[in-house]
Amino acid sequence: MPLLEVSNMTHFFGGLRAVHAYNLEIEPGQIRGLIGPNGAGKTTIFNLITGIYDPTEGEIILDGETIKGREPNKIASRGLGRTFQTLRLWRHMSVIDHIKLGRYSKLDYGLPGAFFSTPRRLREEEKTTKIAMDLLELVGLPETADQLVTNLPYGAQRRVELARALATEPKILFLDEPTAGMNPEELIDMMKIIREVHQELDLAIFLIEHRMKVVMDLCEVIQTLDFGEVIAEGTPEEIRNDPKVIDAYLGKEVSV
Amino acid sequence: MPNKIKSAGKKTWGTITSRFKKFRSNFRDVPLISWLVAFGVTVALEIFVGQALARMVGLSKPPALFGVALVLDNPAKFLSAIIYMILVYALPVGVIAYLTKGVGNQIAKWLLQFPLLLTSVVHLLLIYGVMHYWTNISDYRLLVARLAMISIIVTLSLNVVNGYMGEFSCSHPGFMALGAYISSIFTVLLFVTENRFGDALMPAFLGPFMFPVSLILGGFVSAAGALLVAIPSFRTRGDYLAIISLAFMFIVKSLFENLEVVGGARGISNQPDYANLATIFVWTVLAIWIINNFVRSTMGKALNAVRDGELAASAMTVNTQKTKMVAFLFAAFWAGIGGGLFAHVIRYINPGTFGIRKLAEVLAMVYFGGLNSVTGSIVGAVGFSLISEALRPLDIFKWIIIPIMLILIMIYRPTGLIAFREFDVAQLFQPKEKQEEEGVDHAAA
Repeated sequence: MPLLEVSNMTHFFGGLRAVHAYNLEIEPGQIRGLIGPNGAGKTTIFNLITGIYDPTEGEIILDGETIKGREPNKIASRGLGRTFQTLRLWRHMSVIDHIKLGRYSKLDYGLPGAFFSTPRRLREEEKTTKIAMDLLELVGLPETADQLVTNLPYGAQRRVELARALATEPKILFLDEPTAGMNPEELIDMMKIIREVHQELDLAIFLIEHRMKVVMDLCEVIQTLDFGEVIAEGTPEEIRNDPKVIDAYLGKEVSV
Repeated sequence: MPNKIKSAGKKTWGTITSRFKKFRSNFRDVPLISWLVAFGVTVALEIFVGQALARMVGLSKPPALFGVALVLDNPAKFLSAIIYMILVYALPVGVIAYLTKGVGNQIAKWLLQFPLLLTSVVHLLLIYGVMHYWTNISDYRLLVARLAMISIIVTLSLNVVNGYMGEFSCSHPGFMALGAYISSIFTVLLFVTENRFGDALMPAFLGPFMFPVSLILGGFVSAAGALLVAIPSFRTRGDYLAIISLAFMFIVKSLFENLEVVGGARGISNQPDYANLATIFVWTVLAIWIINNFVRSTMGKALNAVRDGELAASAMTVNTQKTKMVAFLFAAFWAGIGGGLFAHVIRYINPGTFGIRKLAEVLAMVYFGGLNSVTGSIVGAVGFSLISEALRPLDIFKWIIIPIMLILIMIYRPTGLIAFREFDVAQLFQPKEKQEEEGVDHAAA
């Protein structure tokens, strides 16, 4: 049984059909990619599955349970973590607090714990801090724990976002252009980290990317999207040589 | 030539600031406990020789609030007031804090081995002691101190919504009114014999023990009122909360104006005098402790996450709806407590008290002190209360000077004096090291 199954998902923004009859199956531990020209609807698909938009039609099943129409926070605590294309970090908050906040739904001390510093709260907060430090170690930023996130360089901010998503204990991780705006060095680091995370935590990963190098290197299966519809699906090799994909990216040759 | 003057001026200014920095660096390693001891000695000094000293420098009695009001009344007394302030406050505080810093640091270090609770109790007792004797000198001081502490509670609770959560709520006077009325009705009905509610229903000696119950009841009613505001306005973001909460404030006000049972526009009087300095002090400490606990927990940090990016917060499993509700109700609860205490300090409330003036005051305290900061709220509430009292002789001009001050703060420090800082009690009580001073010297060299 696939970990995540999306069947026949369609979404309209008013009269505009943003996504049409979209299907997806992700097995545990698989890395899948989603590519397509600008405005093809890639991020919309992410937002539909993670509950930010409610799809007009279709069914989404995560780990045997339907998550269509649930609140984003419920879906996230079911095991669907994500990062954002434009960094959505919280300025004014330190790096460690970012990652600790990913554990929000795992905290169990309730309001009494929040209002009075009960032993239970101290215990849980301590445990959360430890987990957060381990995750920071994993993405290679343990020394930045107490810094404000806005003081970090761009590449490091991306990694904080990844660690924050990992703190929610996802079974499947959605990465929206994880290497956007990175320089070649940061890019190689990021790819290494994604591989490590994939191996160590045995995660399924679904990623949107523009850089072919990243997608071709990381993904086992790639979907290509154009105008809200999947025009090709296959291994990197197949996608690379698919004329429809080349057309979508470069435009059709017109014979004069 | 003008250039020369300018550079000379700059030079003297530079030497003054560097001297001042050097002078201040002597006090960097003074622990809190030494400051408290120094203030204690000052207060003792004022009690024993204050009157004589005031006569000597040409004042009829010790100035109640640092002499500002006195000087504004009669500018000729300026020099006398300054001399008095230096002799009784500045000099002894500075000298004793400086002399006792060694011992103070040792005591602070010694206290480190005990649980934080004990250290806190020691410090709080000292703070209370100083305040008790300081306010003993004049009733006016006592009143200002009690109102300032209530302001701390109310400001802190509003900061949870306007600062930590980043929404703009205007209904705090409404919540205060609910708390004030409910607790007043409770105590007057049960423990006071008067015209409106008739004979006392319970023996008077129970009163002080039931007072907390009345406050908490008021707090819960405020929180229930907050629910009415929260349900419609938290479905969306933006200005809706500001508008709905402002409406709520006026609704509460006109509700009490039209309820003849609770006195209509004339309000309720004859509240028993339960809110003495110690009671208010305990409630203020409780409020600071609980609110600080809340905003420093991961659950409280979720408020900041909702403020700085709600979408990301919900993707990180934060239940944004619940988080906002809890914080808003929590803030309203404390505003209710503050209102209840306020009613029992003034011992007379009417609906007019909780209007737009009160709102302006509380908002000013929050933004003056600093958003997203417990320390800021304490500084803002106390500072604003003192300034507002000190400028009282100016009458209407007070309301010109205070807004100008606020505008200046908004220009030079848009988030307030002490914004976005965590309030760490353990750090506050720690012995102070000499390290920082070396850093300053280094920079000066």
